[in-house]
Amino acid sequence: MGKIDIKDMDLFYGSFQALKNVNLEIEANKITAFIGPSGCGKSTLLKSLNRMNDLVEGCRIQGKILLDGQDIYAKSTDVNTLRKRVGMVFQKPNPFPMSIYDNIAYGPRTHGIHSKSKLDDIVEKSLRNAAIWDEVKDRLKKSALGMSGGQQQRLCIARALAVEPEVLLMDEPTSALDPISTSKIEDLAADLKKDYTIVMVTHNMQQAVRISDNTAFFLLGEMIEYNNTEKLFSIPSDKRTEDYITGRFG
Amino acid sequence: MKNWKEKGMQGVFLLAACASILAVALICIFLFANGIPAMKEIGFLDFLTGQTWRPGNNIYGILPFILGSIYVTAGAIIIGVPIGIFTSVFMAHYCPKKIYPVLKSATELLAGIPSVVYGFFGLVVIVPLVRDYINTHGIRGNGGNSMLAASIILGIMILPTIIGVTESNMRSVPEQYYEGSLALGATKERTIFRIVIPAAKSGVIAGVVLGIGRAIGETMAVIMVAGNQPQMPQGIFRGLRTMTTNIVMEMGYAADLHREALIATAVVLFVFILIINLCVSLLNRRNDND
Repeated sequence: MGKIDIKDMDLFYGSFQALKNVNLEIEANKITAFIGPSGCGKSTLLKSLNRMNDLVEGCRIQGKILLDGQDIYAKSTDVNTLRKRVGMVFQKPNPFPMSIYDNIAYGPRTHGIHSKSKLDDIVEKSLRNAAIWDEVKDRLKKSALGMSGGQQQRLCIARALAVEPEVLLMDEPTSALDPISTSKIEDLAADLKKDYTIVMVTHNMQQAVRISDNTAFFLLGEMIEYNNTEKLFSIPSDKRTEDYITGRFG
Repeated sequence: MKNWKEKGMQGVFLLAACASILAVALICIFLFANGIPAMKEIGFLDFLTGQTWRPGNNIYGILPFILGSIYVTAGAIIIGVPIGIFTSVFMAHYCPKKIYPVLKSATELLAGIPSVVYGFFGLVVIVPLVRDYINTHGIRGNGGNSMLAASIILGIMILPTIIGVTESNMRSVPEQYYEGSLALGATKERTIFRIVIPAAKSGVIAGVVLGIGRAIGETMAVIMVAGNQPQMPQGIFRGLRTMTTNIVMEMGYAADLHREALIATAVVLFVFILIINLCVSLLNRRNDND
């Protein structure tokens, strides 16, 4: 059993079927990459792992997604607790319009931690884990909107870490960043997998090769192939996967 | 030929633009030319801080009316702001799509109702309610015509201003903030009150300040429910008089210094409005810089 098990999952936006019979087992403490051309459903699948799809009107799911064996779409599931356990980093860095400190402290405060010393500890620890502490420790009270894009993205990772999630979802976290910031985020992800299960959507196949352990390839709402990253990229078993990774389309 | 036409039209546009500037300038000149000498004659300090208004004895102190305007406006803010903000939250984040157009046009209609109708509503509905309350609790009052009644009516009147501005500002808060907060496991309510409203803060404040401007300048609705006694305000169940109503009440029969003192009252009111508009434009400028 994986950390997350996706079983016979179909997803509809109104009458349009965005995901078709997806079966996938996401291993704990590994980086799993979702690749595929635009519109293949990889981001949609990612967003259904912490139920951010609930915000989309007309979105309907069949099948099961199990987190540690428990169905996250069951009636008894509390969405807010789920999202605390399954954190998310978005494509575009989205720090809140408040200070760096308050950005990080927002999550813990949400979940009932108000002691100043505890919050101080969490803020420092999260920023250290996101490898950004040294750059911001002298301006924690300054607005987060004054940071560079790469710093903002690492801040968002720190913010996600501050609520101590088990799984971290990353939706093309480097697509809006320059190469140096990108490599920092990649190093960070590789570093974080010892404590977290990471699922990452990426447009960039090199990125998947560089940092992921397992890769799933999606095409038109179907999961075509799922394998160890090295195997998938060296000896793809499906013709369509081969065409995609060799750049014949996409 | 074409050039001549173009120039001609340009002139027409310029003229039209000048009309409004001219109007403001003329009003300013009229107000200050008539009001300032009166203030001088009465004495600036005596005029602004005098607690007695007795035109028959040539005593002109407008402090009661300044306070009256401020109190009534404050009351309107206390009543109107929470309702307005909660309504905006509902409209921007909770309202089912089917109800939205109804709610939207209802709040817009609220802005279009003539103030005399508000006043009449206050006179027929609110004032009797206050009167009953006063009578059953044995409070001293003026038959229900009171600061409370005026505040309630004004609180309703400023709702459309506050709702319109607040809602549009809340809608312009980037969706990413909203999603970012939910993704951390925050509830929808927490997200709205801790992230969305603070992000829209300066817009919300601008809406409130606009509401203040509307409330402080309102005349007809207030005159019908406030009691209009020319005395220092003596509590929420007692009558009071505002600057605007003072002018209307006595303009018809005032002459000489009395008349000029009323114009001077308008000068003070005008300065209040100027300050409020200045606040709004400062807030808007800060908004644009963000």
